[in-house]
Amino acid sequence: MSLDRVAREKLVRALAGSVISHADELTSLDQAIGDGDHGLNMKRGFEAVLAALPGLADKSLPEMLKAIGMTLVMKVGGASGPLVGTFFMELGKALPEEPSRADLVAATEKAIEGVKARGRSEAGQKTLLDVLVPVHAVLAGGGDAKAIVAEAVQAADRTTPMLAIRGRASFLGERSIGHMDPGSRSASLLIGAAVETLEFEVNT
Amino acid sequence: MSNVGIVIVSHSPKIAEGAADMVRQMVGDAVPLAWTGGDVDGGLGTNVAGILEAIEAAWSPSGVAILVDLGGAETNSEMAVEMLPEDRRARVLVCNAPVVEGAVIAATESSGGSSLAAVKRSAEEFYA
Repeated sequence: MSLDRVAREKLVRALAGSVISHADELTSLDQAIGDGDHGLNMKRGFEAVLAALPGLADKSLPEMLKAIGMTLVMKVGGASGPLVGTFFMELGKALPEEPSRADLVAATEKAIEGVKARGRSEAGQKTLLDVLVPVHAVLAGGGDAKAIVAEAVQAADRTTPMLAIRGRASFLGERSIGHMDPGSRSASLLIGAAVETLEFEVNT
Repeated sequence: MSNVGIVIVSHSPKIAEGAADMVRQMVGDAVPLAWTGGDVDGGLGTNVAGILEAIEAAWSPSGVAILVDLGGAETNSEMAVEMLPEDRRARVLVCNAPVVEGAVIAATESSGGSSLAAVKRSAEEFYA
């Protein structure tokens, strides 16, 4: 997979757009079981990412991902800044400039390990890991773009009946059950945007 | 030998500032102290840049103890510590203690010239 400058900019705009256009939904999910700032925080972070264009897309893919991660760490403001930011930074550190699918599988695994360490969390605790881990399994298992996006959507849905063990929602105990995890939803949106853009680039 | 610095990180700038006032009342100027709170737009939240500035402001060769309130404050503080120059990283510890009580106890311990490890332990033992 090789992304030229135009494709890299398209990827950044798609990632940012997916979160910014769903900011209200993310906030209302977070109002149900958190502190109600997830949409606003992620929007602020990705607006800062957009503001770094066009220079951001001049960088190589790994450097661009690291820069996105650092911007999110510095701007988002909630725990999701370091968590999502760490994912992008670790992905950037692990990916070569023109990654193969195997490279992508290996790099996303490292990035997920980074998120686990940052949040001292594992899948099953009603966090973004409940999307990242199963989606990674589909990616590693050879699933196509459609299967990956479908898994991202379904994995976010599967957080609804889960009991929150990490994050602000864990304060609610059993009352966290019955609401989708906002961080899982934003992870699912980002994966959807990335896959759609990358598939388009690879197929054209 | 300089005393361990104290950094207070709260989602609310008012809580962070108020806790710092309580620390000052207890230990005066004997302890380097800084506080930070709020997201980059001034709303409730915490931000890594603000935490890095506070660590710099409260820096002591003996190290810095950070007191935090809720999850994001802790995650952002740990992120900030990792972003410090390598020679400073090991000399900054995030305490697992209530932010107000922990800050006052940590500062009191520090004002007596205790080590960073002892300052952290005092703050954490109070409610353990």
